[in-house]
Amino acid sequence: MRHPAGPATPMTRMGFFTDTSICIGCKACEVACKEWNDVPDDGFDFLATSYDNTGGLSADTWRHVAFVEQPVSVPALGENGIRWLMSSDVCKHCTHAACLEVCPTGALFRTEFDTVVVQQDICNGCGYCVPACPFGVIDERESDGRVWKCTLCYDRLKSDLEPACAKACPTKSIQFGPLDELRARAAGRLGALREAGVADARLYGADETDGVGGFGAFFLLLDKPEVYGLPPDPVVTTRDLPRMWRAAAGAALALVGAVAAACARQR
Amino acid sequence: MRPTKVTGYYGRPVLKAPVWKSAIPLYFFTGGVAGASSTLAFAAGLRGNRRLARSAMLASVAGVAASGPLLVIDLGKPSRFLNMLRVAKPTSPMSVGSWVLTAFAPASMAAAASDVTGRLPRLGRVAAGAGAVLGPVVATYTAVLVANTAIPAWHDAHRELPFLFVGSAAASAAGIAMIATPVADAGPARRLAMMGAALELGAFRAMESRLDEAVAGPYMHGRAGRLAKAAEACSATGAVLAVTAGRRRRRAAVTAGALLCAGSLLTRFSVFRAGIESAADPAATIDPQRRRVDGRGTVGA
Ligand code: SF4
Repeated sequence: MRHPAGPATPMTRMGFFTDTSICIGCKACEVACKEWNDVPDDGFDFLATSYDNTGGLSADTWRHVAFVEQPVSVPALGENGIRWLMSSDVCKHCTHAACLEVCPTGALFRTEFDTVVVQQDICNGCGYCVPACPFGVIDERESDGRVWKCTLCYDRLKSDLEPACAKACPTKSIQFGPLDELRARAAGRLGALREAGVADARLYGADETDGVGGFGAFFLLLDKPEVYGLPPDPVVTTRDLPRMWRAAAGAALALVGAVAAACARQR
Repeated sequence: MRPTKVTGYYGRPVLKAPVWKSAIPLYFFTGGVAGASSTLAFAAGLRGNRRLARSAMLASVAGVAASGPLLVIDLGKPSRFLNMLRVAKPTSPMSVGSWVLTAFAPASMAAAASDVTGRLPRLGRVAAGAGAVLGPVVATYTAVLVANTAIPAWHDAHRELPFLFVGSAAASAAGIAMIATPVADAGPARRLAMMGAALELGAFRAMESRLDEAVAGPYMHGRAGRLAKAAEACSATGAVLAVTAGRRRRRAAVTAGALLCAGSLLTRFSVFRAGIESAADPAATIDPQRRRVDGRGTVGA
C-alpha cells in the first residue's frame, strides 16, 4: 500500500530482513553503522546486562545488538544451562510511521526507497517524534538538539550500495533488498525453522495488517518480541487521531457551553 | 528445551521518554488561560459586563505573551522555530496548534488593544469574535498533542484528556478573572470556576478508573500522583471558596482565584510527569499489548 505522504514516483520499497536465528552477536553492524554514518559515541557505561553495554537504540546508536541469556533445562541431557538470543535492532521504517506523521516541520520524510529519514537541515528539535515512536527508536542528541536515527544509509542507497550494517554482517543475519523479496525469503526461512522443530520462531513486522502497516525493516525472532525489548503489538498513534479530535471537539464545545452558562446572567 | 519466561529486556523501557522540559506543562497552563479567557471575554462583552470582559482580555494577552517564549525555549534549535510554519499537517497536532496560535495570538492582542484604546472598535469586535472561536481550540489541542504519542498514560487517556485540559483551562481563566475583577462584576467568573473545576476533577477521576491498571499507576502513586492529589485539593478548595466567601469579600475571591490557578498548573504538571513515568515503565507498554495479542489468539507476534 502506498503511503499518502509517499514519493510521487513509486519505486521498489527497500528494507531489511534481520534473521536473528543466525546472529552471532559480533556487533559488526553496530560498528559499521557508527563508522559509515559518523555517529558519535554514546558513553561507555557498564550496564551488567550480558554482553550488551549499548543498551538500546538512541540518537547515537542506530543498530543495537541485544543479548538475551535464558536459563533452560535440557531434559534429554538432564542438564540446566542457558540459551543465547541475539538480535540486531534497528529503526523499523514503518509503513505508517508515527515519527513522520507527527513531525510538524516536515523534517521527517519518506524517501524514494520508501524509507523514513530525518532532514537534519530542517529539524528544529521540537521532540514530538521521540515519544510518538512505538518502538522508542528516534531520540534527541543532547549536544545538538536535533533528533537522529537510522537512515537506512540513504546516501549509500542513492549510490546503489547496500547499507553499511548489512554489508558488514558476516552471517547474513542482516539482509537488505526489495521488501517483497525479503518477505518471501523470510517466509521460507520460517518454514524451514518450524520444520526443524523451532516452534517459537516467528516473523515480527512482516504483516501488512499490523498496527503500523508492516515494517520496512522486519525480523525473524526466536521468542516473543518483548523478550528482545520490542513491543508485541505496536500501533501507530495517529490511527486513533480522528477519535482524539472528536473528543477534543466535544471538550471545546463543553467550554463554550460552560462560558455561555456562566454568562447567562450579566453579573 | 523450554526457556524460562523473562518479561522485557532487562527491565529497560520500550519507549523513549519525551525530551520536553517544564516549559511545556507551563505552556499548557498559559495556553489554557489564553484560550479560555478569550472565550470568557467575548461572552462577558456580549452581555455588557465590560469590567469582566476587559480583565479576561488582558489575561488572554498575558497568556499569549508567556506562551510564545515557552514554546521557543523548549526547541532543540530555537533559531529554527519558524520551520513550524513550513508545512501544515493535520496528522500533527503540533502543526495544527502552531497554525491556530498564529491566528489566535494577533486576534487576542488586537481585541485587547482596541478595547483598551477605544480605537477601531469594529476591528476589535471581529478580533474578539475570532479569539472566542479559536480560544477553545487553543485550550484543547494540547491534550490531543500529548495523547497522540505512544506513551500509554497519555495515549490511552485520549478520551478524557481534552475534557481535563478544558476544565483546567476554564478554572484557571476564571480564577485570574476573579483576581482581576471587582467582586460585583465577577459573578460569571465564579460560576465558570465552579464548572471548570468540576470538569477537571470529574475528567481526572474518569480517566483513572477507565485506564488499564498497568497504565493508570503514575496518576495515582509517586510524584505524578502526589501532584494530582495536590491539584485536586487546590481546585476543589478554590472552587468552593469562589462561590461562597468569594462572592462577598475581595480577599477571599483573590485567594480562591490563586488556588484555582495553582490547581490547574499542578494538573498540567501531574499529567506531564505521568507521561514521563509511563514511558519509563516497560510493563505499561508491554502488558496491555500482550493481552491484546493473546486475546486475538493469532500466532505471529
Ligand atoms: S520505528 Fe519509530 S523512528 Fe522508525 S519509522 Fe517507525 S516510528 Fe519512525
